[in-house]
Amino acid sequence: MTVEQFSLLWQCFAQRVRQNQGHLDDLDRAIGDGDHGTNLTRGLGNVETLWNQSPDQNLNLQALSKKVGMTLLSTVGGASGALWGSGLMKAAQVFPASSECDDETFVLWMDAFVGNIEERGKAHVGDKTMVDVMRPAVNWLKAIPQDRSLRARLHELQELVQQYSQGTKDLQARRGRASYLGARSIGHVDPGAFSSALWWECLDSVLGG
Amino acid sequence: MKKLLDNVEQLVDDALEGLIWAFPEYLQRVPGTHVLTRKKAKAEGKVGIVSGGGSGHEPAHGGYVGYGMLDAAVAGEVFTSPTPDQILAGIRAAHHGAGVLLVIKNYTGDVMNFDIAKDLAADEGIETASVIVNDDVAVEDSLYTTGRRGIAGTVFVHKIAGALAESGVNLQAVQNGAQMVIDNVRSMGFALAPCTVPAAGKPTFTLSETEMEMGIGIHGEPGTHRQDIKPARELADFLLERISTDLKLESGSHVACLINGMGATPLIELAVLAKNVGAWLTAKQISKDVVWMGEYMTSLEMAGASVTLLRLSGELNKWLAAPCDTPALRQGVVYDR
Ligand SMILES: Nc1ncnc2c1ncn2[C@@H]1O[C@H](COP(=O)(O)OP(=O)(O)OP(=O)(O)O)[C@@H](O)[C@H]1O
Ligand SMILES: [Mg+2]
Repeated sequence: MTVEQFSLLWQCFAQRVRQNQGHLDDLDRAIGDGDHGTNLTRGLGNVETLWNQSPDQNLNLQALSKKVGMTLLSTVGGASGALWGSGLMKAAQVFPASSECDDETFVLWMDAFVGNIEERGKAHVGDKTMVDVMRPAVNWLKAIPQDRSLRARLHELQELVQQYSQGTKDLQARRGRASYLGARSIGHVDPGAFSSALWWECLDSVLGG
Repeated sequence: MKKLLDNVEQLVDDALEGLIWAFPEYLQRVPGTHVLTRKKAKAEGKVGIVSGGGSGHEPAHGGYVGYGMLDAAVAGEVFTSPTPDQILAGIRAAHHGAGVLLVIKNYTGDVMNFDIAKDLAADEGIETASVIVNDDVAVEDSLYTTGRRGIAGTVFVHKIAGALAESGVNLQAVQNGAQMVIDNVRSMGFALAPCTVPAAGKPTFTLSETEMEMGIGIHGEPGTHRQDIKPARELADFLLERISTDLKLESGSHVACLINGMGATPLIELAVLAKNVGAWLTAKQISKDVVWMGEYMTSLEMAGASVTLLRLSGELNKWLAAPCDTPALRQGVVYDR
């Protein structure tokens, strides 16, 4: 993973979330308060301007993970702002303070990122949250033989990510706003799981090319 | 969607400006933030109180900034919890050398963002404590879920914690008082019509002419179930049964009662609900020492109401009766302008 790819990842994510803003809000309207797409779009818009403001700022991976995290933390709001933001800020230390890292380090970074989200939100797989996509995806990457390129593994992962995301539909929410609905939360895909799947899609397109 | 707006994206900013213009002797803004703080700061050495959450609950939270209640209110986007940097700005503004109590409603977003802000405050050497309000009996209380939401009962927490802080007791004592309120307060609400988040442009749910949502929160979200609309008496009985069972209220107890409009309920209808709440309490031989009726914690233009009971014991009554002077709640204050 290079700084350049990492930057592209967030720009892709910003774009994909913006394209899906209405759908994400609709998903959140069904089991939450209808703001998930709006929240993420607002914050990721601010992330995009990081590169417009100072396109030549040669940040290293560690600094960039912190910077993107800080921006999301201070501009998304809601549950997802705290989770994405603090998750990225804390995971930054896994990255080297240089412009590149090997695949193994990047997987470790993802593992830490998701671990922070789990810790902050106290959610487990099956609680109908973004963790239902994030955790199994990272675990799958960790379990698949490391001699295969990350690019190939990521590509193969895409289909599973879709299943993880769609799989939240049949679950009853135990965390977040949707949990207040009890059994009424069943039958709707979790908005945070859906947006997380977009992130994996971007990772594939940035690294897989 | 029909709304009184200039620019949807500027809504919170514009509303804060308007509040400050309307209540200049009460409010000012921490520059560059969505934090409202007292125009005339509390004396040094007294505990500060910070509350906040998404916007759309007016007069909460900015309306409760002032003598005897909050020192700072942090406003997020509509129905979206504020971010840690904003909460930190509120904590700084509220800190007068004796630490700051954070009043948090139990929503994942609020809890996490306030927690992160607490860590940031600790890094700056500001002592904070927090309480989590979870008064909504509509939601099942379980260790394995997020637990109950915080709704209108929060205003009693503001009032009593604020009075305690004003009396000059330390942070621990203010926190204990706030927790005592939380342990004794329960609420439940319903909606007759949904509300529309301006940025979203459409209502969170739709109801036919004969339907209502029971067990709603304060974010326009659907409730625990949908049912046919019922007379006010049946609604009052239903809410009070749930609330009093949960509180294990016995005849002979004393309560403070809050009949809260959700934003678009005519006060005449709220008064009908109040009458029925009164009849139920009388029949159960529960005395109401204090009643607040009106819009205290709203959900934009949602039609509906919530009922809150606070069991009074110890010194709660005294702190509830203590003077306060804020844009939304004034009592026991003599003006000398
Ligand atoms: N405790 C949690 N752990 C992990 N993910 C969570 C948790 N709570 C919520 N989420 C995720 O966040 C998503 C909702 O994000 P959103 O931006 O809509 O915040 P919100 O809950 O509406 O916040 P707020 O209540 O402040 O408005 C959910 O779909 C879920 O995937
Ligand atoms: Mg939401």
